[in-house]
Amino acid sequence: MRDNRKYVFIGIIIIIGLVFISRLFALQVLDSNYKLAAEHNIIQRKVHYPFRGLVLDRKNNVLVENEPVFDVMVVPKEVEEDQKDKFCEIFNIDEEKYDEKLKNAKSYSYVKPSIFIKQLPLEEFAEIEDNLVGFNGFYVSPRTVRSYPHKSMASALGYIGEISKSQLEKYEKEHYEQGDFIGKSGLESEYEQELRGVKGISYQMVNVRGLVKGKFKQGLYDTLSSPGSNIKTSLDLELQQYAEWLMEGKRGSVVAIEPNTGEILTFISAPSYDPNILTGRDFPKNYQSLLEDTLKPLFIRPLMSPYPPGSIFKLAQALIALEEKVIFPYTRITCNRNIIACHGDHYFEDLKGAIKNSCNPYFRETFKRIINQNLDENTYKDSEIGLATWNKHIRSFGFGTPLGIDIPNEKGGFIPQPAYYDKLYGDNRWKFSTIYSLAIGQGEISIVPIQMANLAAILANRGYYMTPHFIKDIDEKESIPETYKVRNYTSIDTGHFPIVIDAMEQVVKKGTGLRANVPGIDVCGKTGTAENPHGEDHSVFICFAPKENPKIAISVFVENSGQGGRAAAGISGLMIEKYLLGEIKRTWLEDYIKKGEFIY
Amino acid sequence: MRTEGRLTDNIDWTVIAIYLALITFGWLNIYAAVYDPENPTSIFNFSLNSGKQLIWIGISLVFASIIMLMDFRFFRTFSWLIYFMVIASLIAVLFLGTEVAGSKSWFQIGGVRIQPSEFAKYACALALAKFLNKSNFSFRKFKHIVAIAAIIIIPLALTVLQGDTGSALVYSAFILVLFREGMSPIILIIGVLSAILFILTLLVSKIVIIVAMIILGILGILLSLKEAKRIILVIMAVVYSIGLVISVDYVFNNVLKPHQQNRIQVFINPNADPMGAGWQVTQSKIAIGSGGFWGKGYLKGTQTKFDFIPDQSTDNIFCTVGEEHGFVGSLILVSVFVFFLIKLVQIAERQKSRYARAYGYAVTSIFLFHVMVNIGMTIGLFPVIGIPLPFFSYGGSALVAFSILLFTLLKLDAHRLQILGR
Repeated sequence: MRDNRKYVFIGIIIIIGLVFISRLFALQVLDSNYKLAAEHNIIQRKVHYPFRGLVLDRKNNVLVENEPVFDVMVVPKEVEEDQKDKFCEIFNIDEEKYDEKLKNAKSYSYVKPSIFIKQLPLEEFAEIEDNLVGFNGFYVSPRTVRSYPHKSMASALGYIGEISKSQLEKYEKEHYEQGDFIGKSGLESEYEQELRGVKGISYQMVNVRGLVKGKFKQGLYDTLSSPGSNIKTSLDLELQQYAEWLMEGKRGSVVAIEPNTGEILTFISAPSYDPNILTGRDFPKNYQSLLEDTLKPLFIRPLMSPYPPGSIFKLAQALIALEEKVIFPYTRITCNRNIIACHGDHYFEDLKGAIKNSCNPYFRETFKRIINQNLDENTYKDSEIGLATWNKHIRSFGFGTPLGIDIPNEKGGFIPQPAYYDKLYGDNRWKFSTIYSLAIGQGEISIVPIQMANLAAILANRGYYMTPHFIKDIDEKESIPETYKVRNYTSIDTGHFPIVIDAMEQVVKKGTGLRANVPGIDVCGKTGTAENPHGEDHSVFICFAPKENPKIAISVFVENSGQGGRAAAGISGLMIEKYLLGEIKRTWLEDYIKKGEFIY
Repeated sequence: MRTEGRLTDNIDWTVIAIYLALITFGWLNIYAAVYDPENPTSIFNFSLNSGKQLIWIGISLVFASIIMLMDFRFFRTFSWLIYFMVIASLIAVLFLGTEVAGSKSWFQIGGVRIQPSEFAKYACALALAKFLNKSNFSFRKFKHIVAIAAIIIIPLALTVLQGDTGSALVYSAFILVLFREGMSPIILIIGVLSAILFILTLLVSKIVIIVAMIILGILGILLSLKEAKRIILVIMAVVYSIGLVISVDYVFNNVLKPHQQNRIQVFINPNADPMGAGWQVTQSKIAIGSGGFWGKGYLKGTQTKFDFIPDQSTDNIFCTVGEEHGFVGSLILVSVFVFFLIKLVQIAERQKSRYARAYGYAVTSIFLFHVMVNIGMTIGLFPVIGIPLPFFSYGGSALVAFSILLFTLLKLDAHRLQILGR
């Protein structure tokens, strides 16, 4: 019997062997987690951030560049306790903060570096650089932040910021990870893909203490970073800065467009801010104060602020009436101020005179003829047909929908359609007399300032517009999207434009837009005074110049500064003088604009 | 005396071949464990463990040759002398020894450290065989039982006193020898069941186990109503079990040292503290598991190279095998050990004398315990117990002692026809 016990032995040995082999099979073959865990142990992923592309103006002035900053990193394991006092003294932080930061770093990792002091600017870094050498466990990691050498164009350029959780989920995983920066608004956001460049990633092997022991698989999976593309914009830095200077202390928008290309020369949302405050470590604080500012500097007025256009709308109304053949250049209409208020000394003008004098009764009648063309016996029905026809025309000017400019958040304004009034008043419950305010750019209608500038460009081009845009080229290669090369024709025949343009010339030479009159240049413009039920009227002016072969189309909208002929026309005139002549001779007008007392 | 062939005819060359293969493969793996890819040094560099191990391999081979050339009767004749000399050295090391990593179990002689407890297992095996070989030996004699217990417990206790609990646990393997030589299997079974109960108590609420024991006991009594003896036996078993369960907390908290408590807790719940107490188990599983089917290739392991594994050339040498040679390498190594151990059982069985057979089983049991616990702990099947993998782990005393242990058996085996059984 005892001899059988040898089989017990052999059995035990075999069972142990089988248990080990099956356990090894489970660990090594079935479970792939250990492979991952092993790589996680030894592989340190290092990201090499590329230089973000530069943004240039049309004359190659650098508008946005990169500035070096320095993160002070800490490796908690290497930090010596007795250096705390000295460190706090030299780097001017209190001990509580020091302890807290060290604790945070420890909770991340004892052996991997984490940020201790964020984004020291170059000059501060230069001061402490030498001191840092004496401290164990502290290292410096250079990186870059955006910098705006001219402090201009905040709203067009936009800003970059840390990617949000929702963006992280939305965008491609290979490009972004937590903590990365991404364009948040303006051109930075629109051209994010071009500007961001490609991150380089290298994998290093580290030992249990975090010491680098070489490249993982001889660098097989490493990628090089490549810098982002440089974006050349159509902006004209000089004109932009001049107009910004003129708009100082005012609220509103200035947009200047090169009519035959649609290139935006100037883009101002006033008041603005220095874009440099939204870079670097003070971003959260400064962003918050901009958000809380009652003047809303982060609000991109040229794109986002809908205003009633006021009298500048009469230009479009005149063109539609001509196209619909309900009036003709010689049509005269009595200025009957019993029906609607008017201003100035005139009585029975033709179209040209009506535009020059901005005659309200004339355009009320004109609009009536557009709306009620007696196509239906029922006056309600007839108004509905008329408004639909008018809608077709007015929308061909780019009103009512966003134009498609190449920065985000553009609004389209509002052009009421018959359905809107049906909903508001009921079917067949409204007619011309209900909606006549539209005639003079008041009432339910609203457009945004970029659309006003686009209207000026349409007039300059005698009937078409190029969608306004900022992009000129990317890395010196012509890369304007096709949509920006297409002429968008209005529904108005080119032949109807000269009479309106002549009238606009008269507005500037002899009418309400005198301040836009630049000696030696034929400027065509139209003033507007948008009624503002909440306070002083808004001053509006659109214009283009020169009359033949126009080079610039402008809209200026100054909130709460009274008639368009004053602030808005003055600013427009000075901009034309600056852009086309290069120097300002009418310095008295500059003084007038800068003084800013327009309301009298 | 029977016919004497030439000595070489009776030597088991298969086992010697396995021995040579194991020490060679072990030596290569020690080099892999200490290899620094940034700063590669020769495998023969004597400042590295691999170079030192080569010296020890040489010394072991010298010892092996001497043993093969000695008179085979030497061992049986001087079993007691060897035993008492080793016991004396175990006592001496307590006073004269050098402390390394918490264990005072080393003699420092010049640049060489010798660990007498490694040789104590050998001495104990000889003494045990010698005693079992007594003509009037019987497991029924209380005197003999006490003597056997003393032979085993004296070196065990001295090893515990040195602070080397791992090596002390090896002595429990001798129970297998006694089992083969006629001891009732009940002790073996009670031992295994007690260990299971101990672990179970740490896992499950004590009340549950006690209630379960009582229910089992009542069932046992109901099934053996007519036999008073069995009822008493059942009651004793239940009382013993409950006593054990109740004492677990005391043993765990008061007898075991904190690091031993940790090791058991980690064994029970490996993921509780992966960065602290569970570090070694987690990391050795990662290293072995990441080897995959074919392994990462010789000298290409990352976990062992970058020091994620503590004691990687000694107790955790199997991690290097698992990582660099994958499942295939591990399978071969485990199979070779299994084959080796079965071979030893066969050798033990073919001995004519009880002395040689008992010694053979002692050798088998010691190797079995070492292989089982060492590989078992690296793959998470045993608590971490710091004992070497035979012929593999770096360590001079262990290698020489294992070699002497094995070659003494081979020497006795070579002369098995000359040693008459009783």
